[in-house]
Amino acid sequence: MLWEVDVWLKDRDDDHAARSFASAAESIDPADWSAVRTARGWLIEGELSRDDIARLAEGVLIDPVSQTYAIRSMDDRQESPFPDLTTVVHVLPKPGVTDPAAETARQAFGLLGMSPEAVRSVSTVWLPGIDADRAERLAWRTLASDAIHEVVVGQLQLDSIAGGRSWSFTQESISLEGLDEEALAQLSRDRCLALTPVELQAIRDHFRSLGRDPWEIELETIAQTWSEHCCHKTLTSGVDHTGPDGPVHYDNMLKETVFAATQTIRANLGPADWCVSVFRDNSGVVRFDGDHDICVKVETHNHPSAIEPYGGAATGLGGVIRDVLGTGRAAKPIANLDVFCVGPPDTPAADLPPGVIEPKRLLSGVVAGVRDYGNRMGIPTIAGAVAFEPGYLGNPLVFCGTVGIMPRHSAETEPQAGDLVVVAGGRTGRDGIHGATFSSIELSSDSETESGGSVQIGHAINEKTLCDFVLEAAKQRLFSAITDCGAGGLSSAVGEMAATLGAEVDLDQVPLKYDGLSATEVWISEAQERMVLAVPPDCWEQMAAIAADEQVEATAIGRFTGDGRLALRWDGHTAGELDCHFLHEGRPRSTLVGRWSAPPRESLRVHCSDEASDTPLSQPLLDLLALPDVASKEGIIRQYDHEVQGCSVLKPLTGRGEGPADGTVVRGVLGRNRGVVLGVGLRHRLGRVAPYQMAAGGIVEAIANVVAAGADPAQVALLDNFCWGDTRSEEGLGSLVEACRACQDVAVALSAPFVSGKDSLNNVFAWKDAAGEQRELSIPPTLLATALGQIEDINTVCSPAITAVGNRLYVVGLTRADLIGSQAELLGLTTGGDVPTVDTAMARKTFAAIHTATKAGLLRSCHDVSDGGLLTAVAEMAIAGGIGCRLALADVPTDVDVSTGLTGLPRDLVLATSESPTRFVCEVTGDNAAAFETLFADLPHACCGETCGIDPTVGQETITIFGCDGQRRAVVPLKTAARAWRSLECG
Amino acid sequence: MLSPRALILRAPGTNCDHETAFAFERAGAIARRVHVAALAAKPALLEEYQIFCIPGGFSYGDDIASGRILALQLRTFLSDALERFRDRGGLILGICNGFQVLLQTTLLLHEPTTGPLGTLAANRSGRFIDRWVQLVVRPSQCVFLEGLSRLELPVAHAEGRFRTRSPAALAGLEASGQLVLRYGTNAAGVSSNPNGSEADVAGVCDQTGRVLGLMPHPERFLDALQHPALAGTAEARDRNGVGLALFTNAVKAVS
Repeated sequence: MLWEVDVWLKDRDDDHAARSFASAAESIDPADWSAVRTARGWLIEGELSRDDIARLAEGVLIDPVSQTYAIRSMDDRQESPFPDLTTVVHVLPKPGVTDPAAETARQAFGLLGMSPEAVRSVSTVWLPGIDADRAERLAWRTLASDAIHEVVVGQLQLDSIAGGRSWSFTQESISLEGLDEEALAQLSRDRCLALTPVELQAIRDHFRSLGRDPWEIELETIAQTWSEHCCHKTLTSGVDHTGPDGPVHYDNMLKETVFAATQTIRANLGPADWCVSVFRDNSGVVRFDGDHDICVKVETHNHPSAIEPYGGAATGLGGVIRDVLGTGRAAKPIANLDVFCVGPPDTPAADLPPGVIEPKRLLSGVVAGVRDYGNRMGIPTIAGAVAFEPGYLGNPLVFCGTVGIMPRHSAETEPQAGDLVVVAGGRTGRDGIHGATFSSIELSSDSETESGGSVQIGHAINEKTLCDFVLEAAKQRLFSAITDCGAGGLSSAVGEMAATLGAEVDLDQVPLKYDGLSATEVWISEAQERMVLAVPPDCWEQMAAIAADEQVEATAIGRFTGDGRLALRWDGHTAGELDCHFLHEGRPRSTLVGRWSAPPRESLRVHCSDEASDTPLSQPLLDLLALPDVASKEGIIRQYDHEVQGCSVLKPLTGRGEGPADGTVVRGVLGRNRGVVLGVGLRHRLGRVAPYQMAAGGIVEAIANVVAAGADPAQVALLDNFCWGDTRSEEGLGSLVEACRACQDVAVALSAPFVSGKDSLNNVFAWKDAAGEQRELSIPPTLLATALGQIEDINTVCSPAITAVGNRLYVVGLTRADLIGSQAELLGLTTGGDVPTVDTAMARKTFAAIHTATKAGLLRSCHDVSDGGLLTAVAEMAIAGGIGCRLALADVPTDVDVSTGLTGLPRDLVLATSESPTRFVCEVTGDNAAAFETLFADLPHACCGETCGIDPTVGQETITIFGCDGQRRAVVPLKTAARAWRSLECG
Repeated sequence: MLSPRALILRAPGTNCDHETAFAFERAGAIARRVHVAALAAKPALLEEYQIFCIPGGFSYGDDIASGRILALQLRTFLSDALERFRDRGGLILGICNGFQVLLQTTLLLHEPTTGPLGTLAANRSGRFIDRWVQLVVRPSQCVFLEGLSRLELPVAHAEGRFRTRSPAALAGLEASGQLVLRYGTNAAGVSSNPNGSEADVAGVCDQTGRVLGLMPHPERFLDALQHPALAGTAEARDRNGVGLALFTNAVKAVS
């Protein structure tokens, strides 16, 4: 028997879902939709009477104070509970799509002694009588996503929701013999393998030596293992590169740039080396305090998020949390970060390529995904950024990161021969088949229909219980190694763990969400919330007991053998057998060609006049504060729990006035004073014109952020996330090489080692326009740099919020005519100029001096100067502190006079908005001024202003900027500035 | 004298159990975390404790409604044991998700004939919100709030809008002095009610004053430097946050 229970709110005012539907609907199909109502529906199948269903509804599904419900069997006619609303629309998850609410409901029904065969959740909307097509169109645009939903207009008429018949073993062999290059390429495309003809030839030769064709499951295993996602084949290939510094050859680019930097730094540090495990585990591990190490990882989940933002971002975060949990002998996740790169929020619908989700809806979807997953996991989301650029319209970037903490001496782990292969956590379904290979294929306007199977939906509570279970088992030292099931599913997880030992796996033992999965599907499914552990047989009983206590499913599915072979079985049959050495070392390596030359530069021009206003920089200040890159992301930040775990110290919004923090700080351990400082840097606007400086600038910005907050620059670990467009062209690859070189140079110069990283390449969106022309849109070359810093005593953290009236404002660092890629350029205030260029020697000295000043208590507040230059930096400090300030541009240390010859207002504008790297604004008391100046004697610095109370001429606090001639160039009331800064609707 | 003992309940999705246990320990108690399944199997465990706390989180995912399944478990397996615990002088505290759970049991605002008098509905904004709020303590016999009049704490929830079954129910609770914790206004006179709660209610206690449920998180303000305006300032050094007072009050009351 199949029943439907509809639950709705008694009071229409409480129906938020209806309100948000109405406002979304109005923009798509202009009409008054304010009368609509929504219900939460439940489909319940089983041997249950109407009375049973009523007991379930009242016991589990409704809140008696605010909700009511109706029950129908599939034979009953569905009556509208709202007389004027006669059209009903249902949105259901597609069969096989994860439905966390239904899983929870099914568990809860068990508490009432009833066990339905199947439960499904439904979203229902009641509309005024309209035709079915119109209702369906509205539902698709507002409530449903092609990748995961079905839409039904009118009453539901289903026979059964219980699904699946078990699969009976068959074996498909795939012949690669006699196929030419084109045929191999076609085979790769048809099977979504993302293997090149050269790679397929190597596979053919390998199997030819065995005297047989590969089976499907073997070919899939190789495709997953050799995917760009899993082995970074572009970054680790050989490269012949010609750049501004002449020709250079790498045998393995990543190894000889980014990895090499870390090796150099570790060698330089000698016995003081504080790296623990770098570039080998699921995250990078460094020393923290006497008894803990910390680890960090940032992942991208770009392709899935482009198609289904909510599920894509949620599972992106879920995946990186498992990376940390799967590091060493398990680390406890203590902080998350998220960075999104999307199209401009005001992009007109007509400018969107077909199949692309509009940036606002996309952003609110990814934010909701991170919110619902991160908050449920109980991990504070403390840091992040959002960048807006038209290049991200087709390929938005979604970065999720996690920091973890683990006991010392638990970073190095290896599975042992004889250990059981144990899979724990969620069950396996058809979710995310081909995620690893899909992420290596370009998106197109048809991606949504072609690749829906690769979108996963997260179930955060499964991951939370998995996490609780793993950490308890780790405490009792019950496993010898652990890794997460991410891209490539079991094939990658077990494959990597068994890379030297080999393993045998009984795929029919893997617990399934529903019957019908083939051996190959079980092996490559990317169903979420699963970890694989290597468990010594004598620990298994104890481990199974903990799993039962924590209500987590853990199943032994095989064992690590030691014979170097990966043997896959189904019900006793051999399903596949691979040589581990071939799988991990057999990929043919190629040498690529890269080329980069800097585009010609225009000389600087300033487009700003003082005719319209007495204070001609007032409006530019407000305009800068309101630009999407600069403006407050409060609408996003407050949706994240950034204080759970009780360790939060310096929060993303800080000071009385709730301004933007640079780095954010959490304690590593409750009750102890050593802190973890997190910061990010992103200079994507330079990516197309100066990839080297884009990368260098991003790295120093990330470090500047954590140093401003109080981190010790001598112990900052870095992460790289390269997101690029087409790297198959020489120029595309050349820009990537330039960025890698910058990573190497800056890391070594600042003694800040990279400890882990990830790449996402070929972010190019392809479509045919109205005229039938093939079009492409590429993202700008983008390096996200993440800095993981440490602070010895959290009592010394430093916030950007101005603390008191009457203190001095010092500007540290040299201001140059660095306006390429700046926010001022974006506003049209300038064209041309210089690329912001990192001086690593100066950066190192500046960071060290800032830190010495912080530790000595000389800084009342401190802010890193970035997007929007000095103008936005002082405004943000004033907003955060709720205290006014004045800044005299004449005193700013600069070479602009010499380098540009500009005078008057144009020079003032350049000084105020330049984005030269490694500059800080510091609030210092008069008493500390002498000590501060002594400390910075060798560095460009000057007292350029002061913090002020109410400006008598305006009657309130202001931000006042004086030009080089001493005239007032900007006078902006603090409240007006704060309003402009808070004007962006986001989240 | 022996330290008082606090039992911190956890369930799948509970995520504030560690810091809540830490807060009780800072306040001088011995705190232990227990899984609801373990407690359901052995309700007599409660006899070894004087304080029982349901901390924040998303028990069972809160997918159907916040706190629903955990409350169902308490009603099914632990109703008698918890009532006995309260009647012999034990203290019960529900924070955030714990408050949502308590309201769906017989322990807080339960009317035997009509069921719960109040509920915590979705925030007026329809969204999760993490922010600091001003709170005003109404004079009452609530042991957790003794000696407090105004305080600031963070909230972090999507379903925290207190509403009662009827205006009469609200008036009754007001008259009996159970609406003990209210959202206040900031220095500029702006209300800090983050969710549209009726009568600005942020926390309520039962008629004995020994059971308290509240949306704000006192365990997140044990040190002054956790306040967003105080981090990095000299006045935050080595000072306690006011959230600690709720835990020390509880410990004192049962010592």
